[in-house]
Amino acid sequence: MAYLDHAATTPMLDVALAAYVDTAREVGNASALHGAGRQARRRVEESRERVAAALGARPAEVIFTGGGTESDNLAVKGIFWARRSADRRRTRVVSSAVEHHAVLDAVDWLAAQEGAEVSSLPVDALGRVTPQRLHAELAAAADQVAVITTMWASNEVGTVQPVAELAAVAAEHGVPLHTDAIQAVGQVVVDFAASGVSALTVTGHKLGGPAGVGALVLARDVAVTPLLHGGGQERDVRSGTLDTAGIVAFAVALETAVRHQQEYAARVTALRDDLVTRVRQAVPEAVLNGDPNDRLPGNAHFSFPGCEGDALLLLLDAQGIACSTGSACSAGVAQPSHVLLAMGADSARARSSLRFTLGHTSTPEEVDALIAALPEAVDRARRAGSLRASR
Amino acid sequence: MPDGVGKVVGVRVLAAMSGGVDSAVAAARAVEAGHDVTGVHLALARNPQTYRTGARGCCTLEDSRDARRAADVLGIPFYVWDMAERFQADVVDDFVAEYAAGRTPNPCLRCNEKIKFAAVLDRAVALGFDAVVTGHHARLGADGLLRRSVDLAKDQSYVLGVLTREQLSRSMFPLGDSTKPQVRAEATRRGLAVADKPDSHDICFVADGDTRGFLAQRLGAAPGDVVDAATGEVVGRHTGAYAYTVGQRRGLHLDRPAPDGRPRYVLSITPKTNTVTVGPAEALAVSQVQARRPVWTGGPRPAAPVECEVQLRAHGDVVPATVAVTGDGLRAELHQPVRGVAAGQAIVAYRPDPAGDVVLGSATIAA
Repeated sequence: MAYLDHAATTPMLDVALAAYVDTAREVGNASALHGAGRQARRRVEESRERVAAALGARPAEVIFTGGGTESDNLAVKGIFWARRSADRRRTRVVSSAVEHHAVLDAVDWLAAQEGAEVSSLPVDALGRVTPQRLHAELAAAADQVAVITTMWASNEVGTVQPVAELAAVAAEHGVPLHTDAIQAVGQVVVDFAASGVSALTVTGHKLGGPAGVGALVLARDVAVTPLLHGGGQERDVRSGTLDTAGIVAFAVALETAVRHQQEYAARVTALRDDLVTRVRQAVPEAVLNGDPNDRLPGNAHFSFPGCEGDALLLLLDAQGIACSTGSACSAGVAQPSHVLLAMGADSARARSSLRFTLGHTSTPEEVDALIAALPEAVDRARRAGSLRASR
Repeated sequence: MPDGVGKVVGVRVLAAMSGGVDSAVAAARAVEAGHDVTGVHLALARNPQTYRTGARGCCTLEDSRDARRAADVLGIPFYVWDMAERFQADVVDDFVAEYAAGRTPNPCLRCNEKIKFAAVLDRAVALGFDAVVTGHHARLGADGLLRRSVDLAKDQSYVLGVLTREQLSRSMFPLGDSTKPQVRAEATRRGLAVADKPDSHDICFVADGDTRGFLAQRLGAAPGDVVDAATGEVVGRHTGAYAYTVGQRRGLHLDRPAPDGRPRYVLSITPKTNTVTVGPAEALAVSQVQARRPVWTGGPRPAAPVECEVQLRAHGDVVPATVAVTGDGLRAELHQPVRGVAAGQAIVAYRPDPAGDVVLGSATIAA
């Protein structure tokens, strides 16, 4: 099997798995006052310090959550609510057209339920948000903006955004900027303090930790209204019994991924470049989407003209090759990617795309397997695609 | 081995999985027969975006999940294919247009003809599949002949009669030798959660079962007269002739009873004058049927008139008839009159056979 879908989830690191199992054998609620509770609390706080150190943040800025979607929702909704409460004029949200659905749908929800006015920053043909557009957006009425949210790197096309420049523009106007860095941590250099962002989402299962645990890194001067109310854990921002084993494994994975980021990026980028070169040789019409230079090391995202991505996925899946077409609706119907549409692709090109993502377990043999299966799959998918076209 | 999966073993087949018990068991049997099976659920709702919010199409979403769960149990790959655009054009729009033209369409038949055994089959073949397997209750043997299911109450050969020999040669119906209770029992045995899911009866795209309301929404109000066939008198008003079907008795809302006091039925619909004509039951009786677009499934186009049995609507009576080719259509002389024959429905001709009546051919009733 060739697993080329690391951006969806990547295997747990052995050290993280071992840390998980060791911790999960221990009893103790981190909020309890007895010895077992203190032991659990110590593990959580050590983990918080490791996460903070690896991300260039202070421990008090790390809020553990149930994963990326929760962190995104907490940041977008929580900061919106808190800042609008403080000043009723702040009813606007600035987002980008290429965000993940965890951000996009949270923003849409604010628009529908809370009357938020939403500005969506456009992107260029490579999927980049430009600081100039953000500046133009804020120059008009920065005092009405509750929160800005733009991702660090695209989960679909792999484009890395100029986050520090965007954060500088936001800071200039005094508006907090949240960034979804789920795809970036461990892949590129991510330093919370140096980037100047106010809030940053990270999750475990994209960097070798378990699914269902993540963090929101939140600058101490940024107020946030909680989504979850209850026992008052995590400075009252995120109630709920702490998942000690998950948090420990997440911290170990994050620390390991960040420590090895440079060598990882060098190795995976070389493998990815080889994949891109060979895909283009095998299918000369294939178009690489996203920024050719400023992109995540493991990401190769193509459009295959005349094909439908879901047909290619089916055919490659039958050959034991796992890749992705991007998002599907909850019924499972493949949707034309909003990211590609925002980059100016037409619906046909958006539907013809396929994402291959490499990770820490990727091997040259997996790329070989893809290249061996791809030409016939493209050929068949084209035949199927021509049925729709000829109708 | 159930009939219909007795073809060459080890071929790549695409199982159309609706989320119901029949298609789940059909896929299971195809797996057991040694085929390389891939499950596909067809998303037919026009706007799959609405699935995200859960505001509409919740049944479709649930069906999709049931189908996926069944595929997981069987250990086969599973995908959802978006056929909404074609379904809208070829089935839903056609359904509305047929009613507007005063005919009574059968959308299930149309879906088989245009979607399941056309668009889906063509895509499957292009992608390298050899056949499509469905949970229809009908028998399809190695001889390539389509026969009624052993379960006559569930038999679906009528809505499959429209398929050509070419389409049938790439189809598998593994359930034809089983009754519905047997299929349900097998689903339970196999651990398929859909074992006791209720049968679907209504037209899938008319979610609330209100066909008249569905048509009224799309065609608008078009008030006109209800006329007595014998006297020519106006006996009532209607809000749209499209809402009526030949043979219909209920919901006529006539202003006055018939002079003889007997119930009246819709005899015909005339879109040109927007008139619904009613009359007594015996006036419904028809002994000759003209039909167009014949498909000869059971053999070559007959050179001479054929003695056979015909069925004129889904789950309708079966009567002996003589069927003759007429130009590009066919004519059936019914040996006993039939009531409630509606234009737009299919006439399916069968050759009685102890091993299951054989579908000879099918055509669309014109008059």
